[in-house]
Amino acid sequence: MNKISKTTLPTQEDLESLFEKYEAHAKSLVNVDLSRRSVLNLSGAVAGGLLLGLFTAGASKRAQAARGDFEPNAYISISPNGRITILSQNPEVGQGVKTSLPMIIAEELDAKWEDVDVQQAYLSQEKFGAQFAGGSRSIPTNWMGHRQAGASARAMLVEAAARQWGVSTDQCTTADSMVMHEASGRKASYGELASAAARMPVPETESLKLKDRSEFKLLGKYVTGVDNEKIVTGQPLFGIDTTFPGMLYAVYEKCPATGGKVASANLDQIKAMPGVKDAFVLEGNGNVMQLMPGVAIVADSTWNAMRAKAALQVEWDESEASKDSWTALSAKAKELSAQPRGAEVVHTTDGIDEAFKGAAKTVKSFYSYPFISHANMEPQNATAWKRGNKLEIWAPTQAPGNLGNFGAWSFLIDGLGFAEENITINMIRGGGGFGRRLANDSVCEAAAIAARMDAPVKLTWTRQDDMLHDYFRAGGFHALEGAVDENGKLTAFRDHFISFTTDGERGVSGGSMNASEFPAPLIANAEISQTLLKIGTPCGPWRAPGSNVFAFAIQSFIHELAVAANRDHLEFLLEIMGEPKWLDENNPYALHTGRAAGVIKLAAKKAGWGRDMPAGRGLGLAFYFSHAGHIAHVAEVSVGAGNKVKVHKVTVAADVGPIVNRSGAENQIEGSVIDGLSTFMNLGLGIENGRIQESNFDQYNILRIPEAPEVEIHFVDSDFAPTGLGEPALPPLAPAVANAIYAASGRRVYSMPLAFGGMSA
Amino acid sequence: MISLKVNGAVQEVDVDPSTPLLWVLRDTLGLVGTKFGCGIAQCGACTVHVNGEAVRSCSLPVSAAVDADVTTIEGLAPAKDELHALQKAWVEIDVAQCGYCQAGQLMSAAALLKTNPKPSDEDIDIAMAGNICRCGTYVRIRKAIHQAAAELNGGAA
Repeated sequence: MNKISKTTLPTQEDLESLFEKYEAHAKSLVNVDLSRRSVLNLSGAVAGGLLLGLFTAGASKRAQAARGDFEPNAYISISPNGRITILSQNPEVGQGVKTSLPMIIAEELDAKWEDVDVQQAYLSQEKFGAQFAGGSRSIPTNWMGHRQAGASARAMLVEAAARQWGVSTDQCTTADSMVMHEASGRKASYGELASAAARMPVPETESLKLKDRSEFKLLGKYVTGVDNEKIVTGQPLFGIDTTFPGMLYAVYEKCPATGGKVASANLDQIKAMPGVKDAFVLEGNGNVMQLMPGVAIVADSTWNAMRAKAALQVEWDESEASKDSWTALSAKAKELSAQPRGAEVVHTTDGIDEAFKGAAKTVKSFYSYPFISHANMEPQNATAWKRGNKLEIWAPTQAPGNLGNFGAWSFLIDGLGFAEENITINMIRGGGGFGRRLANDSVCEAAAIAARMDAPVKLTWTRQDDMLHDYFRAGGFHALEGAVDENGKLTAFRDHFISFTTDGERGVSGGSMNASEFPAPLIANAEISQTLLKIGTPCGPWRAPGSNVFAFAIQSFIHELAVAANRDHLEFLLEIMGEPKWLDENNPYALHTGRAAGVIKLAAKKAGWGRDMPAGRGLGLAFYFSHAGHIAHVAEVSVGAGNKVKVHKVTVAADVGPIVNRSGAENQIEGSVIDGLSTFMNLGLGIENGRIQESNFDQYNILRIPEAPEVEIHFVDSDFAPTGLGEPALPPLAPAVANAIYAASGRRVYSMPLAFGGMSA
Repeated sequence: MISLKVNGAVQEVDVDPSTPLLWVLRDTLGLVGTKFGCGIAQCGACTVHVNGEAVRSCSLPVSAAVDADVTTIEGLAPAKDELHALQKAWVEIDVAQCGYCQAGQLMSAAALLKTNPKPSDEDIDIAMAGNICRCGTYVRIRKAIHQAAAELNGGAA
């Protein structure tokens, strides 16, 4: 068995490379190369409708049987009754892709949205390409391919109508799921044309005419979520709602310090408890991403399983377990921060030391933030069913596919002995993702338990399990130094970042900075270095990894420098941006200083930057670029008696290219503001003797409705390719509020969360 | 056997009387709309009505619900083909992101409107403070409650 020190945990690099691997894998499988992607007509295999690609696994088998070598990759089926089914390719965890991805197809198809039924796609990366929810990538990755899929179907429907009417396709138009020939007044619905369209040749991708943005009818509109009615009426929808007749209910107890093993447990007593069917120890494979040692209890109801878990007594062997102490790690980091340069220099420029020596004014500050949990509202869970040599899983996962160690598959195959072709993973709607469900530890646990039972087994984590056994957002520390010249212009910047490593070599997720971190690429003298402290606490991607904390430290510090230089923050920030340009000419997902300046100016204008504020009230500005999104926030905050902070309003300006679903986009921004505020104001975890100190929502104070500010949102109407919104609107929130607190009170927030006393005297 | 009245129907369940109502609803009766979030009455995901009052079903033993009228999210709508004004507002305003907490939010909001048909923002904040939304849909929750209240008070939003 691997030791804890050798376990695989995702670093930020891993995550980026994972997403790239997913996308490369998808390309290799389905030829997603957009110019050459082909849509396959499978209608020959089914009766009476147009079927581009497939929408059920059963249909897939029929088509393959009928056509031999088909590898379908599209998403649409149209029935003669006029109903249009569009498959949504990626997992839905609250980011809205189950609505927004099919909208892209429907737009180019010219379908009436009311005629469309959306279904969650099954897992088949051979047919659909990359299927995951992460990195705010669903929209940018699928934008062109989805448009082409819709346009192909539309072209075939037009071709069918034109042949029936003996007219040229050029004379036909489409709208609202109809093909029209204006000159003769003829028209036919997509349903009426479906059978004929199914016999039309699939057009070459190069021949497809995609709409101009001005022709969009659906994209950019407020469209409500396709699962809304199910959500508000309480229909089964989430992973945890999975139910089968005869199903058993499991819980799993692991050592509260990561890496502890079961020395002994009162299994006989547990097995005698009401409703308990079995209780046993699993040794695990030592991989924190898969199966760690613990005790499984299987019962006839969730409550009987949880009741038995409460009576479970385990003696843990903690010889290899985490001994982490946040108190000790913080003290060590504080000590290290006295050094301006860390162990590893990521980026530096000649003359950095001289630049500080010769500066008109310099500022030094120390920023910090603690570990936090994802705290998905739906606790981790999975249902697994072993039937003979087959294993089927139902899981609310962000990463259902098989891509090596990052995920459940290698464990299901190598650890449990199922052949890859005998494993089915169903992706079920997840009650919140935020990066937590990129790991599939609960899937591995459910499968390992179900492998020993003759019934479907649903594993449910308690809230305590969920908070103790997360892949946490790592805490961190920044020793920052900046210099301005006699004109108040930023001339030098230095960040010694102190973070963590679990493998002793690379930073954890969010624990590595790179040379492109703002403002390093924009000024002549800059240095970024880091020092990593070894820990055993697992860390993982948390909504906008790295960015969600770097923004706080650096964008607060930029404001400090503006104040020190006696400059207006808006003017100071725009001066750093300089002339409009891409930071990387060859990368359309890089920072563009003109787009950055655009959102900064827009947010400032809409929020009334520079207006007179009453005493105790202030405006704070922050910009951050992440996940290809350029976002600026202005927060309006008051600081009252006893330093009580109230955030009244946040004005957001975003440039993420054209908006797909305006309602979904605004919802992501509203949520990002509130999530960002929650972490800024309230959230942090203690760690002592390897144990997370908070275990439930009575100690981990997620923001509640009375603290929720008004949110005003403005989008820059730009022609750049659309990019995702699951993450980039979160990072600027913390510094915008921190800067507003300074404007209101003269007090600087050097440490998140505010509730832990992060404000200066 | 314990006799329960859930959404108007009498049900006999064979469970330990100490079992929280939440798990009887979800595991025994198959009404999975009521959600498990924390198990200690802190998050509100499990909110149902017992005799018209919002309660956290994760912390209420089923024995305490005997002879009471229990309403869950599955029973909130007044008729099979008609949504409650709050449910309509939730759909139209597109409140949900992940949607997991929304059954509990709706049940708390419905209890609020019964006693306070025209709540202010402050009334809403107080009544809804026991329900966590991790996705941060609070701005829309406020808006949807106002819209539903207006509809219930005579139509004009």
